[in-house]
Amino acid sequence: MTPFIDPWWLPVIFAGLMGLSILLYVILDGYDLGVGMLTRLEKDENRDLMVASIGPFWDANETWLVLGIGLLLVAFPVAHGIILTQLYLPVALMLVALILRGVSFEFRAKAPPGQKHRWDAAFFYGSLITALCQGYMLGAYVLGFDQSVASVLFCLLAALGLVAGYLFVGACWLVYKVEGELQKRAVRWAEWTLWATALAMAIISVATPLLSGRIFTRWFRLPEIIALLPIPIASATLFVGLAIFLRRPLREKDALSWVPLATAGILFALGFVGIAYSFYPYLIADRLDIWQAAASPESLSIILIGALFVLPVILGYSILSHWIFRGKATHLSYE
Amino acid sequence: MDGVDPLILARIQFAANISFHILFPTITIALGWALLGFKLAYNRTKDAAWMDAYRLWVKVFALSFAMGVVSGITMSFQFGTNWPGYMEKVGNVAGPLLAYEVLTAFFLEAVFLGIMLFGFSRVPNWVHTLATCLVAGGTTLSAFWIIVLNSWMQTPTGYEIRDGVVHATDWWAIVFNPSMPYRLTHMLLASALTVAFLIAGLSAWRWLKDGGGEGVRRTLKAAVYAAALLIPVQIFVGDMHGLNTLEHQPQKVAAMEANWETQPHTPLILFAIPDEKARTNHLEVAVPSGASLILKHEAAGVVPGLNDYRGNHPPVAPLFWGFRIMVGLGVAMLAVSWFGAWRIWRRGVDTLPRWYARALVAMTFAGWVATLAGWYVTEIGRQPWLVTGVLKTADAVGPVGSMMVASSLTLYLAVYVVLLAAYVAVLYRLARLGKAAPEDKPMFPIPGAAPGPAAPLEEGVTP
Ligand code: HDD
Ligand code: HEM
Ligand code: HEM
Repeated sequence: MTPFIDPWWLPVIFAGLMGLSILLYVILDGYDLGVGMLTRLEKDENRDLMVASIGPFWDANETWLVLGIGLLLVAFPVAHGIILTQLYLPVALMLVALILRGVSFEFRAKAPPGQKHRWDAAFFYGSLITALCQGYMLGAYVLGFDQSVASVLFCLLAALGLVAGYLFVGACWLVYKVEGELQKRAVRWAEWTLWATALAMAIISVATPLLSGRIFTRWFRLPEIIALLPIPIASATLFVGLAIFLRRPLREKDALSWVPLATAGILFALGFVGIAYSFYPYLIADRLDIWQAAASPESLSIILIGALFVLPVILGYSILSHWIFRGKATHLSYE
Repeated sequence: MDGVDPLILARIQFAANISFHILFPTITIALGWALLGFKLAYNRTKDAAWMDAYRLWVKVFALSFAMGVVSGITMSFQFGTNWPGYMEKVGNVAGPLLAYEVLTAFFLEAVFLGIMLFGFSRVPNWVHTLATCLVAGGTTLSAFWIIVLNSWMQTPTGYEIRDGVVHATDWWAIVFNPSMPYRLTHMLLASALTVAFLIAGLSAWRWLKDGGGEGVRRTLKAAVYAAALLIPVQIFVGDMHGLNTLEHQPQKVAAMEANWETQPHTPLILFAIPDEKARTNHLEVAVPSGASLILKHEAAGVVPGLNDYRGNHPPVAPLFWGFRIMVGLGVAMLAVSWFGAWRIWRRGVDTLPRWYARALVAMTFAGWVATLAGWYVTEIGRQPWLVTGVLKTADAVGPVGSMMVASSLTLYLAVYVVLLAAYVAVLYRLARLGKAAPEDKPMFPIPGAAPGPAAPLEEGVTP
């Protein structure tokens, strides 16, 4: 079959789609993982409620990871091989953690009551380790898999940074999804993790150009720097604005409880654009660009046809599902 | 550790991961349809026993689904972490097939699963039934795509090799490759049988304890009838599948039959210890001309033997035994389900002999064993090729060292053992609790609406 658009565009489109699904994954499963880590702070009823608040969503959220990695696999097979063999151990660890996190949802509700605390622990550690591994991998990826001590420290920092970020979206999700005392506490959590996230983002933004000459030149070059400037400015404004918002008491009838979550989403998106910009058009820093890594145009166009039909539908029914389960969470039940 | 071949370790790891994974799809694919059946039966009769059955088995479904999803994610990373050569060589064919699986199937399942599991009081009854239907359809669709890919790896068609890389030339031929229809049908039936024996086994276990009530009697009967109906079809399809394999991968069939010489009047070996060094069988018990009759439908039919493929055929013993385990279980399933169906039909569930119920309990996981045995035959039978005639397994393995693979393998195995034990324990726990299994208040009550059964959405939205 002959490609129906200029083959030059295909890798660009697929890189865009892949980026979009990874971004959606990070925001959506980010709140699941964040809530998973926050469950440690509560007990019994409240913990159940927190788990219930993500019950109907986590599976669909995780599927964005499958799509993101799937697109990397099918559209850029060579890069997929290089990246995943480089990240072998963190990937394996993350997969095991994801397994534990995912099955604990079910087991904690179905295992004998005496064992529930074990699955709660598996849920917490699964969420935590997943977040740590993903942060670590992000760091390693940004630095082009460099193995020096400074780079490894950077990766560890990125791991903590992502944990902070996930805690932050998780707390924002809870502000949106629960009520009463628990909601008030979630606001406090959101406040603290907001600053932790801001700090991590700041440190990482300073460390990245210092460790990577490539990114240094990318960022601090005229005229690009002018185009880039809005990202840190917008992020800082949003951080400060949200901090002020969170200090004020909750609104009547819970109006605006969605604001922190939406802001968190935008902040993640800004950070993501920053990283994507530092890389484009490379998939693996300075080694492999998207055209070198792409699968054949024929195969890409076959996938694209499917993607163009199906992605809007997926987005549509994901929104539908969030709408059906709108409102405040109560206890999980199969009714 | 570094003395161990990383290829062997990577193969063991792949086999461990996929074996663990396939256990759960095998259940979810057919259980989704069974749930739809329970739901429709309830819609039609308004008989609460069907809804009891639905409530119990939807929990098993949710648990199996979660296990399937998380272990499936491991699968999609494996290609990159352990078999980078695979996508480099055949990515142009495998890629789109995997992409279509994710796009068309996974999201369908994942999104509507939320509604199916938790939406009963959120959406009108028909939407809930529709969600159940879409989830069942989604799992079956994903089975379709992955089986297409696997069949293409067994019997590749519709491609050409340019610059050492496979390019697709005819997608129709790729999707409808010669072994796909057989493999898909055989796998879907395997899934249905696995679920039938699972439901029958757990219901019989409950029935033995205390009778279990109308819901248990219902499911026991439905499961035994379904098994009795499906197993002859499976045996017939399996035979066709074997004939198809004989045409396209004769060396595989020769290994399954442990037949060394190409000859007429080939015996059907019932028991033997194949010896690959001496290229012969020990302690052979055989039916004269049996294999010729089955494979060529005449006693004098010439059946290809392993010696025609010296150095280029799969290992014999695992295929020979794997095949016998699968077929043996198929025959056992036939005997058990037909006897039960006959007894239930004549005298009802309550007079079933207790030894028979115990036999059903013993067969609870027979489907799993037969399915794994079948896949091992299929997959080991393809060796040394990863994609028959195109790519050798040894050429696809990645540069990761033995140490690394060994540690990830250990990690996976430890987790799998624990999870499998927990899974089986929870199945029995749920079966014991039956409809008394924990049930909380509905979640996300519609603002302003009293929590309760299936309130139509339109009435509920206005606060
Ligand atoms: C015959 C069926 C079958 C086979 C052979 C496989 N799978 Fe599978 N897989 C399913 C049938 C299935 C399913 C029934 O569709 C699952 C189980 C539970 C679920 O959610 O979907 C699934 C889940 C599942 C998921 C999670 C999807 C989600 O997030 O919803 C992934 C990523 C994979 N699989 C990937 C694979 C890969 C890469 C395989 C081969 C090497 C594979 N599966 C073999
Ligand atoms: C679901 C049931 C399946 C089971 C139980 C299974 C089992 C196995 C086993 C035991 C091996 C190892 C053979 C050997 O090395 O001697 C293997 C190899 C392999 N299979 Fe499957 N398989 C299944 C389905 C699939 C599917 C659907 C695909 C791809 C779409 C696939 C792709 C592969 C690949 C890439 C290998 C090469 C790695 C290796 O040789 O170990 N398998 N499989
Ligand atoms: C009793 C008669 C049966 C016969 C004659 C039969 C035949 C076969 C053959 C020849 C294969 C290998 C095909 C190939 O590799 O090319 C196969 C594979 C397989 N069998 Fe069976 N089978 C039987 C029963 C069963 C039962 C009862 C189950 C499960 C409940 C089962 C599940 C499988 C599975 C999952 C595979 C691997 C996937 C595939 O290739 O379709 N089989 N069978």
